[in-house]
Formats: sequence, structure tokens, C-alpha cells
Amino acid sequence: MTTVDLGPFRRIGLFGGIYSNYLALLRAMEIARSRRVDAIVALGDFGAFGPHPDRTVEILRAERIPAIQGNYEESLSSAADDCHCGYTDPRDNAFAQVSYDYTRDNTSAEHRAWMGTLPSHARLTVAGRRVLLCHGSPRKINEFLFETTTPRAFIGRLLDEHGADVVACTHTGLHWSRFLSPGRGIVNVGALGRPANDGRTNVWFAVLEDRGGELAAEFVPVDYDHARLAREMRAESLPAEFVETIETGWWTTCLEILPAKERARGRF
Amino acid sequence: MSGASFPVAPLAALDTVWIQVAGTLCNLACTHCFISCSPANDAHGMMPLADVVRVLDEAERLGAKEYYLTGGEPFLNRDILAILEAALAKGPVSVLTNGVLIRPDTARSLKALSDASEYSLDLRVSLDGWDAATNDAVRGAGTFERILAGARNLAAEGLNPVITVTEVVDGAGTREGRAHFLAFLRQIGLSQPRLKVMPLLRLGAEEKRLRGYAPDETLEGRTLTPEDLEALQCSSSRMVTSKGAYVCPILIDADDARMGATLSDTLRPFTLSHRACFTCQEFGLSCRT
Repeated sequence: MTTVDLGPFRRIGLFGGIYSNYLALLRAMEIARSRRVDAIVALGDFGAFGPHPDRTVEILRAERIPAIQGNYEESLSSAADDCHCGYTDPRDNAFAQVSYDYTRDNTSAEHRAWMGTLPSHARLTVAGRRVLLCHGSPRKINEFLFETTTPRAFIGRLLDEHGADVVACTHTGLHWSRFLSPGRGIVNVGALGRPANDGRTNVWFAVLEDRGGELAAEFVPVDYDHARLAREMRAESLPAEFVETIETGWWTTCLEILPAKERARGRF
Repeated sequence: MSGASFPVAPLAALDTVWIQVAGTLCNLACTHCFISCSPANDAHGMMPLADVVRVLDEAERLGAKEYYLTGGEPFLNRDILAILEAALAKGPVSVLTNGVLIRPDTARSLKALSDASEYSLDLRVSLDGWDAATNDAVRGAGTFERILAGARNLAAEGLNPVITVTEVVDGAGTREGRAHFLAFLRQIGLSQPRLKVMPLLRLGAEEKRLRGYAPDETLEGRTLTPEDLEALQCSSSRMVTSKGAYVCPILIDADDARMGATLSDTLRPFTLSHRACFTCQEFGLSCRT
């Protein structure tokens, strides 16, 4: 585990799993900059799911966006056989493998090597609050922290054990936050890569900012050209199930991992 | 066992807390039960609400992530709804049940408790066959239809159960077996079937039904990798019954698996010298969903 210290920020944009959705990434960058963030940090999982994974990596590198590793970057840079997403159901793992194979086959060796140089964690401060950035959880790159299965007592333990006031993470694809007290809690920034399983085609990122001397978190929706992404996914012969999610906003795959409540909110 | 060397599993974190709220008391007496639950087995007793709340409070102080309630049959515990309410105030809860006692009004109460909490509630319903002949041979005459009724009652309230099948059902864990089971569950009315397949633990009643452990089914002399150890449930969970705190839900009949009186006594490594440890390591068994 490696940690990079990014310093203090007044306002920062945090991007979750991009899943090769370079169109959403470009749009999110525009929106974040229009909100005058000091910086943007990407929390890993640049590939998977969508088309032309190299395009996403090229944008991140050209824009010099600080980034930490997700399980995808860890797997791709170490030539692992699968994404190590942490799914337990064979149905999820079957689709995850299709996604990983396509991403691996369409990510250059140079980009994969770059992924190996990324830190696993980052630290920064906002309004004097110590923020720890990680992909899944502070202790495990592929641990799922869902809203309905991450209780307060556990959040308190994580914060104490890892010396943070706020943990920002992704990996689940669903954004949420839970604060134990002002400036102390967890923010899952969601994903830019696929919609939040709510029947809407927009995706999400998070902004942390100093609001009146205290850390505040906000979730920002991103409307992007999802029809174009869908066309490109079809042209790349990606599974119809993946395209359907982009076009409808409902998850069709990798949903056996969802806790009861998150699963019940979805269509499938 | 002198001179024998077994791997040792450290407790990386106390994430999962199991509470045996119904002890070994059950309305059924399944022939494969690895802790031989039955209406007459009170080796571990029913836990009243106050006792469970004490465990929940301690678990919360220790920063637990999730709770599993089991038995025996939790819905035999007359305090079960109050217990669930108390547990759901602290974190996500899974209840392991035979489903036979879940009438529509119980399912409605469970849904209300779930809705009132920030966290998820999961019902794990045990079923050991896709036909009555297979299931009832293990679980008892007439149980197949009653289990399915319980599962349907839950689904009708939006509490989509996780159906747990053991490998009493031949090939349940294979790709074909799983596909067959999922198709069966859809056919009986569960539109989003969720399935967990468990290897057999050759303990308790199961030893008489089929067999106990063979001499070579042991972790003696084995070295486990960090990944192996992390995958074992005893690296992140502990169990509390009316009789004390144990390393896991499987070994509650083993005296040396009792690590102390309360959860705080269990925060130390465990030597994997039990035969069941072989099943966990070899088959990647975890009692968690």
C-alpha cells in the first residue's frame, strides 16, 4: 500500500469508477471546472464495461489528473487473470470476466505499466479535515462499502484505525454518504462509468469543499452523450446487457453483489 | 496431537458477529445438521432479548460491520422481532431460517422492521432439493411445501430471500446444478432468485446421515497463504451463544472452540486443528452470504 499526500484544498472533485466512459469523463471535467474546483482526483477503475479503454487513460494522463489505483489497475498492471472485483456469485463473475478480457486486450502495455506506478491511497485536507482517498475501503482495494451495509460503528472504527476524518471511496458504483458528526464520515463518490441503477442515464461524481469552515460533500449529476457511448459499445461488440444499462439507467449485470435494499431499488 | 502442527488463523478484524439467538433448538431435526438441532436439543439455549442486546452493544463498541442471527430456528425465539429491531439499529442483519414459520403476518412485520432501519435485512432460507422427495428426506415430511410458502411470503413483501442449499443435493454447486436451481426458483415465483450453495460439514447429525471426516481430511502439517487465511471466515468473524463466545458458527459443539465468555475474549488467533477447518479451507466455505 502506498499513499501520496496531495495537500490542502478548498474545493475538490472526486471521480469514481470511469469504466471506459470517456464521454462522461470529459463532461464531468467540464462540470467540475465550471464549479471552480482546485483539482480533480480519480479513484481508480478507469477500464471495464465501456469501449476503448485507452481513451480514458489518455485523457487522465494528458490532463495530469492525480489518480489512485482501483482493482482494475492493480490487476491489469500485474497481468492478473481477472479483475478481482470481489464478486461472489458466478453470474457476476461471468460478466466481469468478459469486461476484463476486453479491457485488457484494448489497453496498451504502456498504459498498463503506468497503472502500476499509481499509489493505492491518497490523503488531502479540506477545511482542516483529514480526507483519505481509497478505491474500495481503506483496508482493501476491492471491499464493497454500500450504503445499507456500512454501519456507523464500523465507520467510526475505520476512521480511527486509519487516521482520517473522512474516507472517500468508490467501487460500488452507487454514491452515498454517512456522517457521524460534521466533517466526520464516509463519502462514496459513485461512478462515472455507469448510471446509479435508478432508471436515469446520468452518472455521478462528488465535490468536497470548505463551506463556512467545515467540510461539506455534494453529489453532482453528469448528463453526457449516452446514445453515442451505446453506439460505440455496440460497434465494439460489448454485451447487449452492458449497452442496455447505459441506455436505460438500470443495472442488468453484476448485481448479485448488491445488498437487499440496493437490489430492491433496481429493476432486475 | 503432540508434534502435530496446524496453521493458525489470526483475527484480522471483527467484522461479522454471529449470535445464536435460538441456541440449538429447532422445530425441525434435519438429518444433515452439523450441530444436530432439534426440538429437544438445548445444548445451547434460547437467548432472551436482554442477553442479545448485551452482545449487540459489545459488538457495536468493537465496531462490527454486520450481524448474523441463527440457531436452531430464530423464529422460535419469542423475542425475535424485538431482537431484529435492536440489531437493525446497529447494522445490517442476516437471519438464517428454515422458513417454515414465516407466515404472511411475520413477513409483513419483517418488512416494517427493514423499512424502519438504515441498513439491509436479509433472510436466508434453507432448502435442500428442487423436489419434495430430495428435500423432505433431509428436512422432514411436508417441509418442502412449507419452506416454499415461507419464501413466497417473504418475496411478496419485497424481502427477496437468499435460498441456501447444501450439497446434500448432488451437484448443487456445479454450473448446471446452480442453473437448474435458479430456474426452479424462478418457476416457483421468485423473480430475482438468490442462491447460496454450502458444502457439507461432516459433523453432528450429518455424521450419521452419510459420514464423518476421513483421516486425511485435516489441515495438519499444511501451510496456508495470507490469501487462504483472509478467505477463512474466522479471520473476520466470531459467534456468541448462550454458553459463551466461539470462533465460528460451525464449531460450537467443540469445547476448545469456545474462546471465552464474551466477544472481547475472542480477539486473538485460532489454531485450525478441527476437521471442519479442512472443509472451510478446501471448499472455500463461509457461512456468510
